Amino acid sequence: MKSMDPRTTVIDERLSRTGRIIAISSGKGGVGKSLVATTLALELVQRGFKVGLFDLDFTSPSTHLIMGITKILPKEDKGILPPVLKGLSYMSLIHFTGDQALPLRGADVSNVLIELLSVTQWGKLDFLVLDMPPGIGDAVLDLLRLVKRIEFLVVTTPSRLAFETVKKQVKLLQDLKIPIIGILENIKMNKLENIASETENLGLKFLGEIPYDPEVEDAIGDVSKLHDTMVAKKIRKVAAKTII
Amino acid sequence: MHEWALAEAVIVAAKQIAEKEKLREIREVHIKIGELQQVERDIFRFALSQLKPTGFKNAIFHISTARTVLRCRVCEYDWIFSKSNLDEDTAEAIHFVPEVAHSYIKCPKCSSPDFEISEGRGVWLENIKGVR
Repeated sequence: MKSMDPRTTVIDERLSRTGRIIAISSGKGGVGKSLVATTLALELVQRGFKVGLFDLDFTSPSTHLIMGITKILPKEDKGILPPVLKGLSYMSLIHFTGDQALPLRGADVSNVLIELLSVTQWGKLDFLVLDMPPGIGDAVLDLLRLVKRIEFLVVTTPSRLAFETVKKQVKLLQDLKIPIIGILENIKMNKLENIASETENLGLKFLGEIPYDPEVEDAIGDVSKLHDTMVAKKIRKVAAKTII
Repeated sequence: MHEWALAEAVIVAAKQIAEKEKLREIREVHIKIGELQQVERDIFRFALSQLKPTGFKNAIFHISTARTVLRCRVCEYDWIFSKSNLDEDTAEAIHFVPEVAHSYIKCPKCSSPDFEISEGRGVWLENIKGVR
């Protein structure tokens, strides 16, 4: 036999007690994926669900900043136990790197993803929310290969630059018959309804729009303030209508 | 104790290969462990012994260690990883996820963090032997 990496064989088992696995994704960076992922995870916690949040933007993680979390080395028990912070089971490479930069090439990104999927003991969860890196690179391709029940919530801004990349991502997911919950328009600053109509042209559900909210920056790092923002209110509605 | 999760992966993979090869009884399982991950061999071996399923009762687990060779992508310098230069927290972080070495280790020649782990990263299933 050829020597083999055994890790991928246990990923199904590690996720066997996880309910829905929702990847918050976009073709472009800077559209608010991390804010949407974190806020959605926290809102689901508020509704009484058991929730995990997994920051897969390995080289530029930011969900910990949104929640005001600093490095905590996880405990081990037949695997790595994600620390429970702000009510959710939280896994991020910042547990291991803190404020250090982590330069990774594609093969390293794959290895990190496989390692964390194979050794993280999530336990029983109703939802596992994944904060994805932008684009359709290694992390997305590996997740599609390794996580059978994944579904995508796609975030865009009104910008044509963002939406054109979203269309490419959606096409890839549709070709592979991966479930897409819908498209959420973030940082809305105009009255145009082109994203809503173009989303429907793609055969997808338009989940709503989140206006540009200047208050959000002040809520970064403070979960209770974040909960009162317009962004959280809108995401609460999206969760109630399409996820719960 | 995350050695337990890695041991479980080895057992599941070995079992899948045994089924594919129609091996009724497994006699030997050969595993290679890269030094970078600093797997605690005693815990790993104990986990293997506890997790082995039917058909693996008499299996002997041969565990070899592979030294870790790092290669700088900028100046192409090769060097051997040594945990002796690392503080306890850093060694622990690399134990959890070997790629975080890129946060803490730099090429000794040109100081670049852009290196590849060319040998000896983590756990590999090398071979299994059994009877049909």
